[in-house]
Amino acid sequence: MAPDVDLAAVPPGPGPSGLEALRARAPWAFRWEAGLALIVVIIGIIGTAASPEFLTSNNLFNLGLSNGEIAIMALPMTLIIISGEIDLSVSSTLGMASCLLGFLWARGWPMIAIFVVIALVGLAAGALNGLLVTRVGLPSLAVTIGTLTLYAGVAEILLGPNTVSNFPAAYTNLGVNAVPGTGGAITYSTLIFAVLAVIFGVVLHATPVGRSIFAMGASPEAALYAGIRVKRIKTLLFMVSGLVCSFAGVLYTFRLSTAVANNGVGLELDVVAIVLVGGISIFGGQGSIPGVVLGVLAFAGIQNALLLTNFNQEASGVVAGGLLLLSVFGRNAASYASRLRARVPALRRRTEGPAAGQAAAGSQP
Amino acid sequence: MKLRQRAWLALPVVASVLLAAACSSSSSSSSSSAPPASSASASSSGGLKTGLKIFVIPKNLGNSYFTTADSVKSGGALAALQALGEIGAETSGTTDTPSSQLPVIQADISKGAKALIISATDPTALCPTLEAAMKKGIVVVTYDSDAPTCRSLFINQASSQAIGDIEVDLLAKQLHDTGEIAIVSASADDTNQNAWIGYMKQELTKYPNMKLVSTVYGNDDTATSTQVTQGLLEQYPNLKGIISPTTVGIAAAAAVLDTPKYRGKVALTGLATPDEMKKYVADGTVVSFALWDPANLGYLAAYAAVELASGKITGAAGQTFTAGKLGSFTVGPDNTVLLGPPYVFNSSNINNFNF
Amino acid sequence: MTPTLLRREPPETPAEASSRRLTERVFRIRETGIVVVLALFVAVTAGVQHRFLSDSNIQFVLVNTTIYALLALGETMVVISRNVDLSVGSVLGMSAYLSANLFGEHPGIPIPLVFLVGLGIGAGWGIVNGLVVAGGRVPSLVVTLASLYIIRGVDILIVGGGMVTANTLPGGFTGIPKATVAGIPDLAIAVAVVIAAGAYYLRSYRSGRELYAIGSNPEAARLAGIPIGKRVLFAFAVSGAIAGVAGVLWAAQYGTVDSTAGTSYELTVITAVVVGGVAIFGGSGSVVGAALGALLLSTINSALYVLGISDFWIQAIFGFMLLLAITIDRIISVKLTEALRLRSNHGGT
Repeated sequence: MAPDVDLAAVPPGPGPSGLEALRARAPWAFRWEAGLALIVVIIGIIGTAASPEFLTSNNLFNLGLSNGEIAIMALPMTLIIISGEIDLSVSSTLGMASCLLGFLWARGWPMIAIFVVIALVGLAAGALNGLLVTRVGLPSLAVTIGTLTLYAGVAEILLGPNTVSNFPAAYTNLGVNAVPGTGGAITYSTLIFAVLAVIFGVVLHATPVGRSIFAMGASPEAALYAGIRVKRIKTLLFMVSGLVCSFAGVLYTFRLSTAVANNGVGLELDVVAIVLVGGISIFGGQGSIPGVVLGVLAFAGIQNALLLTNFNQEASGVVAGGLLLLSVFGRNAASYASRLRARVPALRRRTEGPAAGQAAAGSQP
Repeated sequence: MKLRQRAWLALPVVASVLLAAACSSSSSSSSSSAPPASSASASSSGGLKTGLKIFVIPKNLGNSYFTTADSVKSGGALAALQALGEIGAETSGTTDTPSSQLPVIQADISKGAKALIISATDPTALCPTLEAAMKKGIVVVTYDSDAPTCRSLFINQASSQAIGDIEVDLLAKQLHDTGEIAIVSASADDTNQNAWIGYMKQELTKYPNMKLVSTVYGNDDTATSTQVTQGLLEQYPNLKGIISPTTVGIAAAAAVLDTPKYRGKVALTGLATPDEMKKYVADGTVVSFALWDPANLGYLAAYAAVELASGKITGAAGQTFTAGKLGSFTVGPDNTVLLGPPYVFNSSNINNFNF
Repeated sequence: MTPTLLRREPPETPAEASSRRLTERVFRIRETGIVVVLALFVAVTAGVQHRFLSDSNIQFVLVNTTIYALLALGETMVVISRNVDLSVGSVLGMSAYLSANLFGEHPGIPIPLVFLVGLGIGAGWGIVNGLVVAGGRVPSLVVTLASLYIIRGVDILIVGGGMVTANTLPGGFTGIPKATVAGIPDLAIAVAVVIAAGAYYLRSYRSGRELYAIGSNPEAARLAGIPIGKRVLFAFAVSGAIAGVAGVLWAAQYGTVDSTAGTSYELTVITAVVVGGVAIFGGSGSVVGAALGALLLSTINSALYVLGISDFWIQAIFGFMLLLAITIDRIISVKLTEALRLRSNHGGT
């Protein structure tokens, strides 16, 4: 469990006051992100110990290739969840963009025009989500389960039983070749993820819009009274999500050189899982982009390490689910500690040391 | 809402169409491995190398058809590899999609594979990875489902024409060449299914009184296959027969027809494993159906991969090799090796099989 | 997401009683709405293809509905308490395989015992979910998303590449979904009784009403002394147990079970629940509505197949239906709130 991981880093000696002092001096050590970073390092060590291949550029390339689109979709999802909503339609938006690409390409459209149409459709798909949530006042969970089905349905209508796979090599190479000058370790999707992560990170953590997103997630009413344009920002977030996910659909299509109706099916839960592992609160208002980047590394690293170590792949769901539970307990450790103390005053003195440690480990910024 | 899945029983495509499989697949996994042995280049008595690291990559794990094709217990691919003294392991993703299979293929390459035996989840999507593997000198053999442009050999379970023909012939025999029939396929974009259906239509021209009224898709999902079968029965009250060339579809259709109302009145045939059909053959819902022995398919693919990896054959048409208990095989056109004609199961022989 | 969606109603006034009556009437209007849509759908479809109303098709639709309707009952109890259970499909899958496998492992095992085993497997997982959610005070969406992965993973590990085939199942078992009384499947009648019992419990038992209270305002519920943890745990246990029983029925209906049984059922069930008028963030909705939602989805599905409409349209139509249903619900609830405000203003002056 996360708290144990963090506790391991803290010398057992200091009592509450020592811990608090440490906490004051190095607050970062007590954030979930610190625990997650430790988990990522541990995964790296175990992976390397188990297979000399783990940290090779070739394997990093494969890792980026297999997880690029999911990682990219996790970024707008992060902002949406922090704002207090959720978008389950991401994978269907990806699939719809993929089918649109195949559909239009098969009809001889120029690639540039196709990209424009896909971008517009992605924005429209996001706008529909956003408007239903903000203007009609519907819960985003229900709305995006509906559009999850609707957009997957549009994908099916577009391509039906057909598969389109005659995309030009110039484009499909982007999906499978490394970025020049990176020693073969970095895929284009990894590079795009990195660039987007910086942009999303700056927007979320260093701009008024970012602060507004946190504020509306923490307390929508307070945000409204503070003059934040909650509805407009949320609608915009859904539109950005639609745009980014349809772009991920283009990458996905080029990586597999194949547009087919079931592209991307079922990825939405993986995306949500990564974001939650990254320490984003499902209730909104808390989390960080660096946390999500670490979440991506942990999620992708674990799956890849399992592959390289002959571990039974069938169990990877168990590991993914475990990581998810770990994250939610890690983040909540603070409240457990205070509940424990509140409930069992007699035990207070004895438990205070570790409890404070847990509290610290799980506390949020 | 059930999402579309590829048919897991994707079978071979017409040899002429040929898909060869080549592609990568991935996932990790269970492994059976070979006898202790040995240096990777030692030669055994037959001139075949031993100790080669060979990965068997079905479309997905947890699929009973592929478990039969691959496992040691059933005498499939891993059994052959064990017998030859190679280090074999079965790996794949958990869903039947290229994006689930690809990371596994890549990991297997990283793990030092000398040969990959793959059932391709997509005829083209795996190619960049499989081509990269072949460039590194890794042997790529496809079985069950081909990726024609990126493999050295495709082990075809039966020719598409033979499969299409036999299913129509089996049904015609039960219907005395007359009546409305329908097809319950897997997914609409499944290459193998579509190739067989094409040959079925061709074979149907021999039976002018049999009319194909509809082809529906159950997506190899039990609940969906059940609903499409129910829909057929209501939409075409004069329906006399159903062909389902996919094991999930035929099992679901058999469960629907297994009532006094339909038993013996609507005939059912297709591709199925004998275990799935034992109940329905016993009670008369199904009279006969076809398949090949999946274990033999895996066994043959394993021998072919070892022959290639040992440099004994190159996969060119006309070359001959011996596959243990199965005897001698010759590489046909399009670098394809054919396992044999499909096998017909009925009440007289079904209890001799256990898979 | 919860906070945004948590719209607290203004404090209730003396008009409380009459407003409750109004709310109940709206519930009934909501259920009536589904029945009307259902009737329209059936009428139009039957007009085009009269065999849609044949005995056999009615049986098909009712039997296809039973599993979803049962799952919708459990899911409704969870959703009403402002939680969600995403693990039902995985629980169904594991129960389907393990229970059906018993017939092969222990030939002659009594069928009711197999149902009990399925129920036990499901209740076990439901209790685990409930303990983690209630005891750990962690969001149920996250917990059951994790258990969706974990339970399916464990299922795949247990099943491996195995499969239960129909020949190992006794005729009395596979015959369950096929038995009928006067043209109505026994199973549909049994499920209707279970749903009626569930509806009665939620309406008339204190602990049932408390689930609504928890869902509509957890803070107030706690101040009112409602044992939230216990009630939520119970709701998850029931949802799990029902998914376990549904798994056994799944095996009986389809005869062939591998490790994929029930995959992605969770979203269909939640769709049925939401179409049936249950508010996704708790506090309102009825079991009968949710069951009707499941029936409506099965009917639409069947109608499309019977009419021979390309199944490529089905997903899009389902998605559209869901959006339509929640939009209509929203409009009704806005109107209702207005009506209540008018009344209470009136009463107050």
